[in-house]
Order: sequence, then C-alpha cells, then structure tokens
Amino acid sequence: MATEAHGEATGLSFHPMDQFIVRPLFSDGEVHWYTPTNVTLWMFVIVLATLALLVMGSRGRAIVPTRGQSVAEMAYGMVHKMIADIAGKDGLKYFPYIMTLFMFIVFANLLGLLPMAFTVTSHIAVTGVLALAVIVGVTVIGFVKNGVHFLDLFWIRSAPLAVRPILAVIEVISYFVRPLSLSIRLAGNMIAGHAVIKVFAGFAAIAAVAPVAVVAVVGMYAFEVLVAFVQAYVFTILTCVYLKDALHPSH
Amino acid sequence: MEGNIGELGQYIGVGLTAFGMGFAALGVGNVAGNFLAGALRNPSAAAGQTATLFIGMAFAEALGIFSFLVALLLMFAV
Repeated sequence: MATEAHGEATGLSFHPMDQFIVRPLFSDGEVHWYTPTNVTLWMFVIVLATLALLVMGSRGRAIVPTRGQSVAEMAYGMVHKMIADIAGKDGLKYFPYIMTLFMFIVFANLLGLLPMAFTVTSHIAVTGVLALAVIVGVTVIGFVKNGVHFLDLFWIRSAPLAVRPILAVIEVISYFVRPLSLSIRLAGNMIAGHAVIKVFAGFAAIAAVAPVAVVAVVGMYAFEVLVAFVQAYVFTILTCVYLKDALHPSH
Repeated sequence: MEGNIGELGQYIGVGLTAFGMGFAALGVGNVAGNFLAGALRNPSAAAGQTATLFIGMAFAEALGIFSFLVALLLMFAV
C-alpha cells in the first residue's frame, strides 16, 4: 500500500505507514516476484517459530508438561475443539490445514508486534491468498461431498417459495463477499493497530504530552497482543463456519 | 486556496467513512453487551457460547470493514 517513504515530505521523523513497506533484503533495487524481501524473511521466521513450538513441545511427551509442551497442547486442543464444536466430527479430517492456518496467523500477528519487526498479515496480498485458499478449498469440498445439493446453501428450502429468489440473491452475494471480509478484517486490524501505536509514539516527541503518549503506547501495545490472538482465532473460527456450510449445506 | 475539487471530495468521502467505524462499534458493542447480559443470568452456559460470541462479533465487524474498504478505494483506486 505504502510504496514510498513519506518521512521527509510530512515533517515527521517517521510516517506511521512506513513500517508496512516491502523492502528487498540484499539490494536497493526493485522488488520482483523472486526478490527476497522482509516479507520472505519474516515468513521464514514464522515457520521456524511454529516448528520450534510444536516440535520442541511434543519432544518430551512428559506426563507433567513443561511450559512449551503445555502451550503446544493448548493450541492443539483449542483448534481441535473448535472444529469439532462448529464443523462437526467429520470436519476433523481437515484439522491439519486449519491448525496450520491458525499457527501461521497467530505467529505472524504476534511476531509482527516485536519492535522493528515486519507484520506479514498487514498486507492484503498475504491475507487475500489465505482467505482465497480457504474459500476455494471449502467450495470444492462442498461440491465434492454434496454434489448439486451444495446449492441448497443458496436455495433455502425451509423458506416460503416467494421469498426464496430474493434470499438466493442475498446468499450468493454474502457467499462471494466472504473472502473479501475475511482478508480485509485481518489486514485492516493489523494495519490499524500498528499505525495507532506509531501515531502515539510520534506524540512522544512533544515534551508536554510525552508521558501520556508513552502510557498510551504501552496500553495500545497490550491491547494489540490481545487483538493479534483474537484475529487469528476469528479467522480460524470463520474457516470452521464455512467448512460447516460446505459439509452440511442444508442446515 | 488552490487544488483539485475532485481531490477535496475524495478526502471528505474518506472522512465520512469514519461513520462506518462508529456504527460498527455500536454493532459489536451490542453483541458483547447482550452476551454479557445473558452470561450473567446463566453463567454456567456462558463458556460454551464464546465461539458464537466471536462469530457474531466478526459478522457485525464485517460491515465496518466494508467502510474501511470504501476509504481505501477512495484513497488509492479512484
């Protein structure tokens, strides 16, 4: 979104949106599709962190779990319960994908909060691919599992016949809006939260309001830790809801 | 005073999309408030409904996100 630095032009020492610039790692040249950038670096860090948590966590298999093991077990148990509760027992077949999705987003959000870190999920290109993969996958599963009956999702048989065409139009629109809202919710929350922290940090340069600004940054930072987790949770839970629609379209 | 009247309208429009944020806040607050009211009446049933709470919040929030989308389109695409 922000493609060039605004710093000098606006007179601020840094611009709140500058943190989202995609920069090449090894040169100052243009960014091509094969250029290693800070996005590549941070995605790699996210994968390493996920691996470290889950591999290290499941190494000991202690009866009394260590801290790492209990965090890994909590993450596994939470996603497992979420799918079983919302999508039903037959949704557990897709557990590995949803678990991957949750771990990737939660680590992207939390590692993005580190100072000087790059938030991968603040880019609609990244969240858009995650959301599109979910929606395309869920639609394919729906048609494979239910065949033509998947279209019952749009043609609601429990409604009066006269209302059905109107409902069908609304349902089709809401179905195609899903990837849009899914991706923009995550990216928008990340952009907004990080920009707000930077705006408050900018106020710290003015001596009169500096103490308030520092307290505000600390408060916002704590709030963003919560938001980082909740947004990963919401993304995963909505994936489960869409999976439920694909597996049981008539309800 | 100089500038482009189209650009003026663009920025006014972006500012107006902030109303969307406010109304989305009303919606999300309504969801959370009603959940809390119900949870305090029957605390034993509350734990099982947190998933529903987040789904409801996500759907209420989605419309606020569309106002953000309109702001983005006005700023960068129009």
